[in-house]
Amino acid sequence: MSVIPEGWEAVIGIETHVELQTRSKMFCGCRVDFGDDPNTAVCPVCLALPGALPVANEAAIDGIVRIGTALDCTINERSLFYRKNYFYPDLPKNYQISQYTYPVCEHGRIVVDVDGEPTVIGITRVHMEEDTGKSLHMGEGGRIQDADHTLLDFNRAGVPLVEIVTEPDIRTPDQARAYGAELQRIVRTLGVSDARLEEGSMRFDANISVRRTGTSELGTRTEIKNVNSLRSMQRAIAFEIERQIEVLATGGTVIQETRHWNETTGRTTAMRSKEESEDYRYFQEPDLLPLFIDEQWRDRVKASMPELPAQLRARLVAAGADERTAGLLADSPLLAGLFDAAVRAGAEAKTVASWLTGEVVAYARRVGTTVDELSLTAEHLVELAAMVAEGELSATAAKQVLAGVLAGEGGPRQVAETMDLLQISDSGAIEAVVADVLGEHPDALEKIRSGDSKPIGFLVGQVMRATGGKADPKMVQEIIRRSAGR
Amino acid sequence: MTDLADLSIADAGRGLRAGEFTAQDLLEATWRRAAVTEAHLHAYLVLDRDGARRAAVRADEELAAGTDRGPLHGIPLALKDNLSTRGIETTCASQILAGYTPPYDATAVGRLRDAGAVIVGKTNLDEFAMGSSTENSAYGPTRNPWDTDRVPGGSSGGSAAVVAAGSAFAALGSDTGGSIRQPAALTGLVGVKPTYGLVSRYGLVAFASSLDQIGPLARSVPDAVDVLTAIAGWDRHDATSYPGDVPDMGRSLDAGVQGVRIGVVSELMGEGIAPEVLSATVATVERLAAAGAEIVDVSMPSTEYALSAYYLIAPAECSSNLARFDGVRYGLRVDGGTVEEMMARTRAEGFGPEVIRRILLGTYALSAGYYDAFYGQAQKVRTLVRRDFAAAYEQVDVLVSPTSPTTAFRIGERSDDPIAMYYSDVCTIPSNLAGDPAISVPVALDGAGLPIGFQVMAPQLGEEMMFRVAAEVERSAGFSFRAPLATSEVTEP
Ligand SMILES: [Zn+2]
Repeated sequence: MSVIPEGWEAVIGIETHVELQTRSKMFCGCRVDFGDDPNTAVCPVCLALPGALPVANEAAIDGIVRIGTALDCTINERSLFYRKNYFYPDLPKNYQISQYTYPVCEHGRIVVDVDGEPTVIGITRVHMEEDTGKSLHMGEGGRIQDADHTLLDFNRAGVPLVEIVTEPDIRTPDQARAYGAELQRIVRTLGVSDARLEEGSMRFDANISVRRTGTSELGTRTEIKNVNSLRSMQRAIAFEIERQIEVLATGGTVIQETRHWNETTGRTTAMRSKEESEDYRYFQEPDLLPLFIDEQWRDRVKASMPELPAQLRARLVAAGADERTAGLLADSPLLAGLFDAAVRAGAEAKTVASWLTGEVVAYARRVGTTVDELSLTAEHLVELAAMVAEGELSATAAKQVLAGVLAGEGGPRQVAETMDLLQISDSGAIEAVVADVLGEHPDALEKIRSGDSKPIGFLVGQVMRATGGKADPKMVQEIIRRSAGR
Repeated sequence: MTDLADLSIADAGRGLRAGEFTAQDLLEATWRRAAVTEAHLHAYLVLDRDGARRAAVRADEELAAGTDRGPLHGIPLALKDNLSTRGIETTCASQILAGYTPPYDATAVGRLRDAGAVIVGKTNLDEFAMGSSTENSAYGPTRNPWDTDRVPGGSSGGSAAVVAAGSAFAALGSDTGGSIRQPAALTGLVGVKPTYGLVSRYGLVAFASSLDQIGPLARSVPDAVDVLTAIAGWDRHDATSYPGDVPDMGRSLDAGVQGVRIGVVSELMGEGIAPEVLSATVATVERLAAAGAEIVDVSMPSTEYALSAYYLIAPAECSSNLARFDGVRYGLRVDGGTVEEMMARTRAEGFGPEVIRRILLGTYALSAGYYDAFYGQAQKVRTLVRRDFAAAYEQVDVLVSPTSPTTAFRIGERSDDPIAMYYSDVCTIPSNLAGDPAISVPVALDGAGLPIGFQVMAPQLGEEMMFRVAAEVERSAGFSFRAPLATSEVTEP
């Protein structure tokens, strides 16, 4: 990723929209289902037929309170809905019910970690609104300007949408990406949304300006839209910072505008200038009453909070995983759950963590599935770890066994037996083999007795060969030494 | 013998149950009346003959089988055409909704159907309920059955005209700034704007959401109580509907006004009120005093600003409410080179001049830089009005005033003077701003033989007391005149 040149600083704020996966829409009873045929999940309310009225969905309000609580926000006891007025064909009422003053949540924070450096990013507000329909512009370019006709699908119109706005606390593209990733993890952990960027259930807009280091005045900002992955957000921001610095360094001025990120060209281009920006004529939505979220509601949500990604990572570290591994585990609720259960049942933390983030992830990638699809259980991990601890399996053999378990060949012991990988840990059996080998190599035995330990390795190798590699080499070595009286 | 079309709802109900006539007879009488009066009035936009016939037949069958749905069972009623009716065109008297047929019934309409009412048709109005004369209809004005050269008031002028003429037993209207009470006053009817939230607004095509209420226009106070009772009550589709139990509103109609404290609003008893209206109001107050009421003069200083505040709040909300009429999903579409052009042309051609005027006013009032001076300020006045009312209701049980500053004016008389037209609602607007119930009751005729209305206002959910006083006003006025046009005899238009 590009590095910001010496003497310059970027100021970045991010607005995130998250679609809540509630059963019904924000203001009507229509189902939220993106697999439906166009315009089948609609009713008089979300089509804005004359006379239809909105009624707020309590489950969606609960969802935003959960998000706000997870982001350490103040949850306002009384918040208000507003109308944001603008004309657009996929906005059925030609106003969006949103919030303005008194959003549901304010003054939160999120801590992100970039290269081991924690950064606090302030959350200005988290507010509730509704999604628009989808426009399908038919014809050249796929944009409204060059379309010869447009198809509209209102299934998405009225889906609950939560907007999360940060303070301009972000300074680098890496931090922006880390913020996006952490927010996505939080939302997923809460179970309020699948937060998929490719499918638009989570969407980022970034506001970017640059200034000379040491100045506190904000530069003119641009807003970047159409970033469909965390990586493209990072790239788009890096490009935009570079572009703005270039403009300013050559004596130009940055124009306040909305810019469109083009993934293919890797550039942002101007969409519309903010000088001709719309006046949204916000006013309080008269069809809805003020929203009251009492202490009981706030407490109920607080009590039902799941373990958040940051808490989970801290706990994984405390359990013995290193920071990086903890981060990897925390990204997958399934891996974290397996780790948790296995460690709680007595498995060695480091070993289990390394299997999960190593063999398990690699296996899933190799066979083209996600870890969630694997049939691995915590019991498997506990059993496998115990076999290693007992000396029944070598570290290398354990990985082979794990691969077999992942391939569905059975439990660890069963797989180890089938693959004939169990170590001989019966000292009597090993002693017999050692005695045989020593008998065959009396000169080597003599050398050891006289203080030269070099032949030990050779003798261990002979024993291992005689046992087909199944003897525990440590135990073999010990018996040889004992037999030589050392 | 009395024409069936002129019966009160109570008498029609008694006759139905006594087997003297059928619901189909009532409907036939209504149609016969309409056949004569419509040529003069142009009050109905749509007559739903098939639907009405089916409902009347079903009512007769049900009543014969002993299933009694209450006082509205089998009674022909009309609906203002801004109430959504499943399968019946609903245009709000606008070109922009020409041909639009809702797939659903407004909650109030559904409740009338559940009460066994027979829906005769949809009545004319000022386009999107914006006006006080029913002249702002894209389909032509409605005339007053008392004098067809005059307006019936508005915006529920069609509903007023059909009830006054006998081509419906009662009707629903909507009242945003007086649109039920003012036409009721101008056509000699009882008109009620209930407490905000008492009747669900779901399916009422919104004009100004924080002010709109559905209510009845009827030929008597008891008839109005019956209709309002049928449509009132919480609705899960309207977040602003009142969630509690509906009070028994007709319980005290015969209780009289002995000891009731009645406040006369001084600010509405002077300048701008026609002398004959004023004297009829004073005479009514005197009769109430004679009946034992305690009369108090009450000052409500905020009423002076109420009209201006209303003409900022209502247009502001309307500018947003009417944004959905864009040619994209339903109604009129006038093609253009781009989507924006299509929307702009559709709206420019689909809306009439008064609607466009209010959309522009409202858009301006909400604009950045003007919001505080206009919309914000208007909201403050609204708070003051509420406070004035609250203070007044600490001293009195109800407040009274004229309903309309004048009796019915001539068609075209105020068309070119929006401010004079807006002044028609000066007495009715304060109740809308406060969210309080109010009723207009006819009390006298002026020298030209035109009806004069008297307004009774009450605190929120004070309908029982409001109707109690209104019933006394009605009894003591002995108003029993009928509109000259209310006849089934064929006359030349
Ligand atoms: Zn819907």
